[in-house]
Amino acid sequence: MSILAALPVRVDNPAPYFRRQTVWFGILIFVSFCLAQRTAWPWLLTYPKAWILPAAPAVNGIFDWLVPLLTPPCAVISSMLGAALDACGFALRWMPWPATLAFFAVLGWRAQSWRLALFTAVALGYIVLAGYWQQGMNTLSMVTLAVPLAVTLGFLLGVGAHTSRHVRSVTLVALDLLQTVPAFAFLIPLLLLFGFGPIAGLVACVAYAIPPMVHCTMLGLARVPVSLLEVGGMAGCTRWQRFWHVVLPTARQQILTGVNQTTMASFSMVIMAAIIGGFNDVGWEVLDAMRKADFGHSLLSGLVIAVLAMVVDRITRGFAQPRHGSARQTRHDAVRVAAFLAVPVVGGALLHVAPASMARIDTLQGVVDPNALNTFVLDLVRAFSAPLDSLKVFVLYHFMLPLRIGLAAAVTPFTWGFAWTPQVSAFYAATTLVLAAWLTVNGRWGAGIVVLLGAALLLFGFNGFPWPAFIAVTAGLAWSVGGGRLAVPVTIGTSFVVTAGLYEPLGQSLYLCVLAVLICTFSGGLIGIAAAKSDRFSALLRPCCDTLQTMPQFIFLIPALMFFQVGELTGLIAIALYAIVPPIRYVEYGIKSVPADLVETSRQIGCTAWQRLIHVEFPVAKPEIVLGVNQTIMAALSMLPVAALVGTKDLGQQVYIGLSKADAGLGLVAGLSIAIVAMISDRIMRATVSRAGNSLD
Amino acid sequence: MMNPVDGTGFSRESTAEVVTKLRCRNIWKIYGQRPDKALATALGGSEPPLTLKRRLEETGHFLALADVSFDVQQGEIFVVMGLSGSGKSTLVRCLSRLVEPTSGEVWLGGENLLAASERRMVEVRRKVMGMVFQNFGLLPHLDVLDNVAFPLRMQGMPPADRTAKARDMIELVGLRGRENSMPLELSGGQQQRVGIARSLAVDPELWFLDEPFSALDPLIRRQMQDEFLRLQQLLQKTIVFITHDIQEAFRLADRIAIMREGRIIQIGRPADILLTPVDAYVASFTEEVSLAKVVTAGSVMAKLPGNWDASRGHEVDAATPIEMLLPRSLAGTQTFVITREGEGPVGLLTSEIIAKVLANDTAQRVVR
Ligand SMILES: Nc1ncnc2c1ncn2[C@@H]1O[C@H](COP(=O)(O)OP(=O)(O)OP(=O)(O)O)[C@@H](O)[C@H]1O
Ligand SMILES: [Mg+2]
Repeated sequence: MSILAALPVRVDNPAPYFRRQTVWFGILIFVSFCLAQRTAWPWLLTYPKAWILPAAPAVNGIFDWLVPLLTPPCAVISSMLGAALDACGFALRWMPWPATLAFFAVLGWRAQSWRLALFTAVALGYIVLAGYWQQGMNTLSMVTLAVPLAVTLGFLLGVGAHTSRHVRSVTLVALDLLQTVPAFAFLIPLLLLFGFGPIAGLVACVAYAIPPMVHCTMLGLARVPVSLLEVGGMAGCTRWQRFWHVVLPTARQQILTGVNQTTMASFSMVIMAAIIGGFNDVGWEVLDAMRKADFGHSLLSGLVIAVLAMVVDRITRGFAQPRHGSARQTRHDAVRVAAFLAVPVVGGALLHVAPASMARIDTLQGVVDPNALNTFVLDLVRAFSAPLDSLKVFVLYHFMLPLRIGLAAAVTPFTWGFAWTPQVSAFYAATTLVLAAWLTVNGRWGAGIVVLLGAALLLFGFNGFPWPAFIAVTAGLAWSVGGGRLAVPVTIGTSFVVTAGLYEPLGQSLYLCVLAVLICTFSGGLIGIAAAKSDRFSALLRPCCDTLQTMPQFIFLIPALMFFQVGELTGLIAIALYAIVPPIRYVEYGIKSVPADLVETSRQIGCTAWQRLIHVEFPVAKPEIVLGVNQTIMAALSMLPVAALVGTKDLGQQVYIGLSKADAGLGLVAGLSIAIVAMISDRIMRATVSRAGNSLD
Repeated sequence: MMNPVDGTGFSRESTAEVVTKLRCRNIWKIYGQRPDKALATALGGSEPPLTLKRRLEETGHFLALADVSFDVQQGEIFVVMGLSGSGKSTLVRCLSRLVEPTSGEVWLGGENLLAASERRMVEVRRKVMGMVFQNFGLLPHLDVLDNVAFPLRMQGMPPADRTAKARDMIELVGLRGRENSMPLELSGGQQQRVGIARSLAVDPELWFLDEPFSALDPLIRRQMQDEFLRLQQLLQKTIVFITHDIQEAFRLADRIAIMREGRIIQIGRPADILLTPVDAYVASFTEEVSLAKVVTAGSVMAKLPGNWDASRGHEVDAATPIEMLLPRSLAGTQTFVITREGEGPVGLLTSEIIAKVLANDTAQRVVR
């Protein structure tokens, strides 16, 4: 998502103080009016079918026209990619596993150290023992093919965007879309063009993996210091010489980081692409096992993905690390590494000469028994079923339901122990009003408005909030943080989602995301603070965060599903697991980068640790914290379609339905809606920070 | 007031033939959206510099160089001095066209570099110019040897030749044995030695140094200045040396140009700038420099009287600072005979003149 941060935010001068008050007062009246009329005019809650603009049919129309046109070239690409994929897969499967294992171990050794070599060997060894070697190699062959393509395309695009302004503006918009439209959504058009099967997956994989490469290339090139360019100029470099001998080597580090991120993105997408099936890979195994509620298998295969992700990540990251030593030594090294790598390959080829030993080696595959694991996991779940169930019920009735259908409907004697009588309503309203009035009197009218709107939202839930009120509130928010320039596109965006008839799933998505983001920000923030205060904890935490961030989104479903079965709570947990890393990282980073002299000053003044946190560290670290929350929102939104696999009913589900029916209109419009929500919240958050006078980069 | 362009009246102390190597005329540099238009406004009006600058700023333009002209003689150290932001770096980059001037002429021999094609400029930079940068500008991915050999490699010199040449240069700057170190493994002073070696590798006629020693701490800076003077003794390059350090300027310069807000406000020999500053700004600049340290015997000597008797007086070289003569003068020596290498006696210096110079020095201080 970091590309979003690279885009310029256009912020007008924020609206003047008094005008802002008037506008918000107007919005409040409008919202109250909508809420008052919600029973009289039911169309305020459910957007009438008759008013739906035919966005989805229009998209379908375009595809009906486009697909026949594009099918012939796509068929050519498809057969070429297919042949390459077959060759790649064949080579990887043909190699006996010990040879491949040794090959990667050598790579790991060269990338970092013998420790990584050992880790690689153990990890790949696990895959053999678990019996997923073939599938693992299939997945790997997709990655092996996708990465060079994505890297080349991304690099060229990055260079183009660096040199030409026009290319840059187009590229940035495309990148923004590619990164916010959920992966599932752009699988759909590819499905139409390439049909079910690995090729659509492969193309999706390349498309999904290009943005990080473009971004890192642009960043690397832009960061080459002007002074070095001048050195090149004075050394008498031609343009080309300067690019080749000065710019590229200087940007090398960043570009290699791009290769690492691209590899991880393509890996993650390979797993996701399994959902369109047709390919005997690990992602498919996980999905299949999950559908059959076969926890043993889904755990085993999920671990295979996790392990593969870690190996691929560490090796590529190792190679991206800065190298010491001169060009001469590096060249010398390369020869040696090639020699080392040749050994396992030759050894593997030799093994094929001796079929008996091959057979003996192969008996090692799949010795781990998933059934035992299955039983164990099931027993575990059963043993904890009572507390787990009560936890589930508690969270469901006390947190999820109120947000979804509102306190007025969720509070019943059965769940909360009392009924939501008119008296309770009156008390609730009175408390809210008093609080808001008190805040306003104290000069914090903004907080007062937040309290009022929040209370209304809690009372009626996301499902009971009228859509005109929703549009008005979002527009008002955008206007007060970013002026008209932000408010207009935001209003167009929200109106698009509503008029596409997606207000109900939007509400569902928002409620899931808001909950997930609250959970993540709160718990992640606490963890981040702890990490900022204790170096040892931070050191312990870092590999965990790294690992969580390299995992494909699928993985997070497995533990949630195991303990909580299909349902919204499971989706919520999966989303929260996936989105928890950014707040941890950013809060820790933000607090740690508070200048030491500020900390010293506050200690000198006599702040307690707690006071320092509240009055010094939080305010100073605010930009980072907001950015972390922003990233959490992005992550949560991108996880929605994946969470739909375990039965959430939101925009993600619409995308998923679109995918399974190959309905491009539905899927793309829903996917675009998620992207719109992501962009709106991103722009609003960043405008908030830049208004506070801080740059986000 | 003297003509700031060539510092008339300040012919070099040596009577050797003066050859102008680099000649700049009316260089303007304006940053912004429409520099040409801004330049037309600037040339059209005749307002005082500061108003012009402010007026350009209103239209979003920044006046970095305004009507800069000067000559640099062969073998001379020409120091450009000014506060941060006065346009020194911009100036030196305009000379090599790393920055494109908005208008003006830069004559190198008979060729106007500002009219040269990009190809020709690449050629000129390869063969004629060398530059040392303030923050060293070493390529982090190359070791010392490759860094020094880099300009030669760009010219397509075969590896063996360029390595040999680079080794010579490394030897010259006293870094022998560090050929295979990476830039980050070197201290600041060593890194700048590499920068110097690299700029000298192509054997340039023109040597530009943009605040080469500013990033170094005072002790090392002094060492490097000595080293620089030693190299110049040996190589006799034509040098444009940028600095914001007045002590450095007076230590190294044959002539100094003082810049302010993109303009050159005075050009002259160090002693002349000290003795006759054009305005209070320059005077305040030079406050910290002692006249006695900078003024040389040759620059204030009187003519030899026609009836002069060769046996009287102590002989002193023309380049000796007056400070060095003080002890002998105080001990009673009335007259010094000034000599120049290869020319014999050229003038006389009396202790009266010395006293005058010192009085001038203190007077300046008292006035302020
Ligand atoms: N690309 C640019 N666009 C706009 N203004 C610029 C640009 N480059 C330099 N300037 C401005 O031109 C002025 C002169 O800059 P220059 O680098 O020449 O100063 P300097 O005398 O070398 O200062 P220092 O001693 O700090 O190096 C500065 O005020 C700077 O802000
Ligand atoms: Mg400078």
